[in-house]
Amino acid sequence: MSDASLPRAMRQPLSLKLASNAFLLVWLLLAAFPLVWILAMSFKSPVDAFSSSAWEVLTGPRTLSDGNGVSIVDIVLGIALAWLAIKAATKLLMPMTVAEGTLHRIFNWAVVALGFGTLFVIGFFFFLPLVAAPLEGLLGPLGQPILGITTEHYQAVWVENAFYENFRNSLIVTVGVVTVSLTVGTLAGYGLARSGSTLAFWILIIALVFRALPHSVLVAGYLPVFINSAEILSPILGENAPTLYGQPLAVIAVLVSINQPFTIWMLRSFFQNIPVDLDESARVDGCTHFQAFRWVIMPVMWPGVITTGLFSFLLAYNDFLVTSLLLDASNQTMVPAIAGYFNRETTTTDQVEAVAAAVSITAPLFLLVMIFQRQIVSGLTAGAVKG
Amino acid sequence: MKFKTFAMFVGPSVFLMLLFIAFPLVSVLLNSFQVTQPVFTTQEVETCSAGFLTQNCVTEVKTIPVLDENGDTVTTTEWVGFSSYANVLGGQRFVDAITSFDLGALLRIDFWRALRFTLTFTLITLPLVLGLGLAIAVVVNNATKAIKGPVIFVSLLPFIITPVIGGLSIRWLFYGDGIVTVWLEALFNTDLSIAANGWAIEFLMMFYRVWHVAPFAFVIFYAGLQTVNQDTLESAVIDGASRWERLRYVVIPHLMPLIVFITLIHLMDAYRAFEEVIAFSSESYRITLQYLTYDYLTPDDAGNRAISSASASAMLTMVGVVILLAAPLRRTWQEHRGR
Repeated sequence: MSDASLPRAMRQPLSLKLASNAFLLVWLLLAAFPLVWILAMSFKSPVDAFSSSAWEVLTGPRTLSDGNGVSIVDIVLGIALAWLAIKAATKLLMPMTVAEGTLHRIFNWAVVALGFGTLFVIGFFFFLPLVAAPLEGLLGPLGQPILGITTEHYQAVWVENAFYENFRNSLIVTVGVVTVSLTVGTLAGYGLARSGSTLAFWILIIALVFRALPHSVLVAGYLPVFINSAEILSPILGENAPTLYGQPLAVIAVLVSINQPFTIWMLRSFFQNIPVDLDESARVDGCTHFQAFRWVIMPVMWPGVITTGLFSFLLAYNDFLVTSLLLDASNQTMVPAIAGYFNRETTTTDQVEAVAAAVSITAPLFLLVMIFQRQIVSGLTAGAVKG
Repeated sequence: MKFKTFAMFVGPSVFLMLLFIAFPLVSVLLNSFQVTQPVFTTQEVETCSAGFLTQNCVTEVKTIPVLDENGDTVTTTEWVGFSSYANVLGGQRFVDAITSFDLGALLRIDFWRALRFTLTFTLITLPLVLGLGLAIAVVVNNATKAIKGPVIFVSLLPFIITPVIGGLSIRWLFYGDGIVTVWLEALFNTDLSIAANGWAIEFLMMFYRVWHVAPFAFVIFYAGLQTVNQDTLESAVIDGASRWERLRYVVIPHLMPLIVFITLIHLMDAYRAFEEVIAFSSESYRITLQYLTYDYLTPDDAGNRAISSASASAMLTMVGVVILLAAPLRRTWQEHRGR
């Protein structure tokens, strides 16, 4: 087993190699199994989804006998289309997003992704059945449905239960939080990174203390004020004083603030990696601090900002406590809405719909990790490795 | 950088933190000493019903809320000192439990129940997260280069997923006739009812937390392993150190700052555990301190929120945060002074 290219400290005997690979395999199964399983459950009729036989959950005999099944032809066609889509996305579309300037590039990304998504949905749900139907007739046994799969729970969740409203609310809250949080946080992070004063030190320490606060402690402070805010603010704003309870804007402000300590710590550590010489030379050329920030720092700060933005997004998207207490039912975001699902679970159909809703919430996060894996890893390590 | 420029950069962020973090803290502190209640008056009400020859009249004294001219209930705010705290801590029941040394009775009081669970939860998951994270990091570090990317991708999933959903996905495997429960039943040939067993739920909640946080520890340890000095490792090999000794005396000391960092973050986060209670619907078996405050804040059947009890339990939760942060903050302060 002596592979000469490896340093001696890295070499392993065969038994250890096997053991460590086995351990890795167990961990990967453990990490992925619950998620893969809810994905499988969400496409099955309730009887299959909660069947005590794993095989039935995977193949879905009951779903199949209800008339919802796919044949080998469908599966092959589906996989082929998915493969083509991935190829097209990486080979054709990636070059299309190339542009000058990061904002422009992000915009191109969004447009191309949206268009691609629409085309994919049309191809998958309208074009594929059109092609598959005649082929199935021709191929005989290969065209017989063998695997039970149904999308009825997704339809029930998204169309009948109007989950798209919760999705829209989540979108408003997350976009708001990410934008405001980055704008405010970038300025503060830059200021803190470039100032060595005692005041800066204290702001960072107090921010660290704030980071440890349980969110319910803060919400206990907001609730009475938010519910009565119309009364409290009326001396200043008169008749137009708003009731902040139930307002997405108020929740955005709250989540931005709760997230500020983390944001400024992370952005500060990114800014410290940008050499001070860069802004100093700009200052020598006659720039003010703000001009140096705008024209010298901003063009090179995007990796850090994108990483921090990802974590702000996760905080806002995953939040349960703040949104469930500060938003009323009409403005509810996705995660608290799903809690409503399994609390009133009476039938197994409700439960499978809850599973489908859970998968719907997870899908965007899955894409996020796929696209931004490197940024997430660098963000996690940025705070830690540099202390 | 001049103070004025610094203030302009940092100002908006500091303003937000003051308005939405510092100010609510003060208001929670004040609220914990006050109780706001509707004003009630007693009124004699005569209700009559038709009877033969004479009416049947009943006069009774009723308590009704006082309304102002707009029809809203009038409320008063009273300074009640520490009575909300006494309430949250259990009042007379607490005194009884303490004087009779009855631990069981003490743990039936919500606050002590939550404290017991939160502390056990935090302290048991910590070594597991560190151990599992380090194990995965060491194994991935030794793995073939080609599989590292996919392995990191799959490992990140439990960490990135919405906590409530992650908890739910594990709940669905175990609760009722969940697939894993069925396997366990077949394996041990017994009947299991996970959802009705407090200790089983407690175990699942810890399992979920380790599953959720271990990837975070893994990524950080993995980055740390890249910076281990290879020459030191080589010389350790030449000196005849075994694999275990190399890990124990070279790698782990090198990772010590990271271990401290993960410990601190994990203690902060596990102490404010909350989503587990929602995902596993464990409120009748196990609750956490943060859930206690949340529960006071949720409107009850009559639509009232127990703001003062919530504030008191929030302040009591804060005591733990202060104890937790005291040591690291003192060290940072001494380092800063030393500079």
